Amino acid sequence: MKEQLYKYILGIADNSLILGQRMGELCGHGPSLETDIACTNISLDLFGQVRSYYQYAAKIAGDNRTEDDIAMLRKEREYVNVLLVEQPNTDFAYIMARHFLFDMYHYMFLQELQKSQDLTLSAIATKSIKEVSYHLRFSSDWIKRLGDGTEESHSRIKNSIDDLWTYTDELFHLTDADKVMVNEGVGVDVTKLKDTYYTKVSEILQEATLEVPESKYFQKGGKQGIHTEHLGYLLAELQYMQRAYPNMEW
Amino acid sequence: MPKNNKKEKKNKQFKYKIMKKNWPLWEVFVRSKNGLEHRHFGSLHAVDAEMALENARDVYTRRNEGVSIWVVESKHITASNPEHNGELFEPAQDKVYRHPTFYNLPDEIKHM
Repeated sequence: MKEQLYKYILGIADNSLILGQRMGELCGHGPSLETDIACTNISLDLFGQVRSYYQYAAKIAGDNRTEDDIAMLRKEREYVNVLLVEQPNTDFAYIMARHFLFDMYHYMFLQELQKSQDLTLSAIATKSIKEVSYHLRFSSDWIKRLGDGTEESHSRIKNSIDDLWTYTDELFHLTDADKVMVNEGVGVDVTKLKDTYYTKVSEILQEATLEVPESKYFQKGGKQGIHTEHLGYLLAELQYMQRAYPNMEW
Repeated sequence: MPKNNKKEKKNKQFKYKIMKKNWPLWEVFVRSKNGLEHRHFGSLHAVDAEMALENARDVYTRRNEGVSIWVVESKHITASNPEHNGELFEPAQDKVYRHPTFYNLPDEIKHM
């Protein structure tokens, strides 16, 4: 039970860590000063949430593990984030599409997590949902602007939605730990969010004058630790300091 | 991209003007606490008012500086001409009697 809860927390937190790292990569590289700051703000929101989750996970583990150990010292296969969040920052359209497809899920997930029997998780959800509702607003806004902006932006955002669509289904898969936690009244049954998710995403895409992709071929594996080739590079950068200078602090 | 598709795109009317190389400049005013006035915090670029508000939120209130934001496109501000400073402002320099400093204010009154 304890072990399942630990795994369950990582299943939530790893998504925010990896997406936060991706957004953090934009620091100093955003398309404009304003979007640069916006993206790094979002990154810091996500890292803030991650800390709460990992601190809780470290407490559950009950050994000498710290939040930093959990964040920095696992191997690639031990990260259980969905494939969607590790996809690279190809261009601004990809960044916004990835963010939007995750935000919509994230928002709906946290709404449900607020009702968790686990008071720590429900408290983290209540705190995070305000941040995430802004993230969703920001990314939805950009989906519409890019979709209904220019020919160039339209075709770029269309490509990125089409490409990333294949990673959306995995958001609604239940792992073994998820199932145990759902039964305990702690976890969220994400399978129930699926229909509403696709309806809401489609509404925004239509507003953005984009077609909803019809592809029914979906990728999965992240939740089991089987990742795309992109995660290794991301972790190399994320973990560099702790690997090069073990136990380094500042 | 199929040919028909391209044709359709050509006729498509786009809603947002994100393409402009230089986005217009906006002035940002932030109310830092309820009861205080909005103060000028700085400026930023955005294509429209909605984006200006979001950008202002991220650029100027991320360290908990505000409870309300106003944005106005900089071109709508009429500024005085520095060349006219002499006639506009210098005459006021030697008129201390225009300051209300000769009244005693009760301590309870703040922000005066």
